[in-house]
Amino acid sequence: MVDHRKAGGGITRRIALKTFGAAAGVAAAPGFVRYAQTQSSAPIKIGFQCHRTGIGAAYGRWYERVTNATVKLINDAGGINGRPIEIVTEDDGTDPKRGSEVIEKFANQHKVDLIYGTLFSHVVVGSAPIVGELKIPYYVVSEGYHVASGKLNRYCIQPGITDVKAQVRSVAPWIAQNLGKKVTLIFPDYAFGHDHRDFFEPAIRSQGGEVVAKIAIPPTETSFTRYIPQIPRETDVIYHVMVGPSVLTFVKELGEFFGSSGPQLFGFIDSLESVALDSPGLEFLEGSHFWEGMPRYAQPDQPDYVTFYREAVGLDENGASTDDSRDVSAAAHMFGCWETLYVIKAAMEASGYRGPEDRAKLIEATEAMTDMEAGREHPQGRKLFNGKIHQVFGEQYISQVKSGKLEVVHRTSIEDGLYEPEGDYTAMPF
Amino acid sequence: MAFGPYLLLASLEGLVTAAVLALMALGLSLVFGVMRVVNVAHGEFYMLGAVIAWWSASLISGHPALGFLLALVVSPLIVAAIALLSDRLVLRRLNYEPQATIVATIGLLYIIQQLALTFYGPDARPVQAPFDMRLALPWFGYSAYKLAIIAASIFLIIATWIGLTRTKAGLVMRATQSDPDTAQAFGIPVDRVYAVVFALGAGMAALAAVLIVPIQQAHYLMGQDPLLLSFVVVIIGGLGSLRGTVVAALFIGLSDGIISMFFSPTLAKMLATLLVALVLVFRPQGLFGTAAR
Repeated sequence: MVDHRKAGGGITRRIALKTFGAAAGVAAAPGFVRYAQTQSSAPIKIGFQCHRTGIGAAYGRWYERVTNATVKLINDAGGINGRPIEIVTEDDGTDPKRGSEVIEKFANQHKVDLIYGTLFSHVVVGSAPIVGELKIPYYVVSEGYHVASGKLNRYCIQPGITDVKAQVRSVAPWIAQNLGKKVTLIFPDYAFGHDHRDFFEPAIRSQGGEVVAKIAIPPTETSFTRYIPQIPRETDVIYHVMVGPSVLTFVKELGEFFGSSGPQLFGFIDSLESVALDSPGLEFLEGSHFWEGMPRYAQPDQPDYVTFYREAVGLDENGASTDDSRDVSAAAHMFGCWETLYVIKAAMEASGYRGPEDRAKLIEATEAMTDMEAGREHPQGRKLFNGKIHQVFGEQYISQVKSGKLEVVHRTSIEDGLYEPEGDYTAMPF
Repeated sequence: MAFGPYLLLASLEGLVTAAVLALMALGLSLVFGVMRVVNVAHGEFYMLGAVIAWWSASLISGHPALGFLLALVVSPLIVAAIALLSDRLVLRRLNYEPQATIVATIGLLYIIQQLALTFYGPDARPVQAPFDMRLALPWFGYSAYKLAIIAASIFLIIATWIGLTRTKAGLVMRATQSDPDTAQAFGIPVDRVYAVVFALGAGMAALAAVLIVPIQQAHYLMGQDPLLLSFVVVIIGGLGSLRGTVVAALFIGLSDGIISMFFSPTLAKMLATLLVALVLVFRPQGLFGTAAR
């Protein structure tokens, strides 16, 4: 800009006017518009629907850090098609209503190329109809089954994190073989919990196990002791997936109730994501097992690209921030932001994405993806993308709490989690 | 689990709810009784109590009981001071007009809540209980601290009752409650009484929060549910009636514990709300309240 102004000082007003006139004429001519845009180095705007506040805030904080770290890496390496990424963040308050308002704001006010980064399933489900209406791609990092169910629309994609149905199917065989066959489910009474309830039972039954009780807990509950007596005596394994601000209370109260004589515990780390495992009251978890999307604690045998990823997002040995050891990460989910951004990059490059008029091409390019090799762009591990249901499938980790830290004891294969697709987004019109 | 122990556990849980609810509702009821102000921001004073408890407990390292004791003293005082300030700055300038104060306290609710979000953040943070003891009953284990909450609440309610009925300050408050104009004519500084009562009510909410925070966590939205339940309690018990508030808190707390354990928590809330509706229709002054003059 400054250079132009300086150059302008040397020419007469008349010449300047002529030149501008000619340039305007060329620009208005048909066929020139595309050319102008390929030359553009204007940033690609990605709207980040972020849970900065509300019950998802701890996740949101780390989703934002990972997003910033990834965008910095991509931009330092030259951006996408030579254009830098610009992240526009809006807080949805982990609330579906605000979530859908934020979508409209992204589309109409910020004029973003696509929207990305939502975690909580109710916000995704609440926002999906509007992104379909506005025809704006929506890359979620939510792990819910809603995208894979085929019930949303062609603009909703989940390419960076495995969905709950596949996660549950991956861990069920290990639970039946190692912990026990009679399982009591404790889950939050909304979409995310219902996914666990609906998919775990068939999965464990096919392993010769059974679900002996299903205990649904309202998401706003703050005290859990009243639910614990509903756990039948013959239970071998308690399978718990609580989320939100009260999870610490939940585990403490389980501990108070059972002491050292309780059933085995298998939890989804969602319960304790961004909670330090040495928090008071959590001693009760020693020896119990957790699903992890990606290990929180640095493992002795981790590949170089995992070390690279951990350093880039600022994780210490214990999965907390390198700046503040009390600020524990959402390690089991946030890698999804990293991988999703790299998928967006790959799809934009494959489709030669230039601007909002190429949104359909971008989605088709994403749908065409299949194998994703483990590496710096996919630090969580190898993945398989199913374009029909817009869902990616990856390996899962099962870890045990040993002296207050999570140690990976088993790694499932992608095939453990695969299931028959129930829908086909590619058959839907844009 | 057999029926007996099950009922015991349900009752214990219900009593804990009732204990905290009684303290909080007492504050709300006192403010309404004396000042005729429906304090919608009461839940936020409760939340502030918990947040300040977290803050003051985190100041002290060493035995968790020290931090907790500090919180028990500091938190109600700070919250009372904030309430005093809001009385001087807002409520007093509205001449305590009932409608205006409702709107003003709704505003206070949002201001306090958003300030907490800005400065404390959106996380739920734990405060360690002053002692960590598990009572091993033959059928289940139970936290000894929860029993201590019940005891502390009973003690505080009795103290409030003695304060209101046996001291000069209590007499002044009751005089203001029964007829502010006459009280003023007899030389009672009604304005000052109002300010003190408002601070006292907020302090009680904060105290309830300090007691509950070791078994829940401090979170900026934690004031909403207790506020609703306090209104339920106060309406059923009769606004301004101390006895009614305690009885209603006991009733709502216990029924919440037992119904939600044997049936579902949603049913417990439905029944409580239904009861409020019935009370409003058939006995608008509440079970123990006196009819409005």
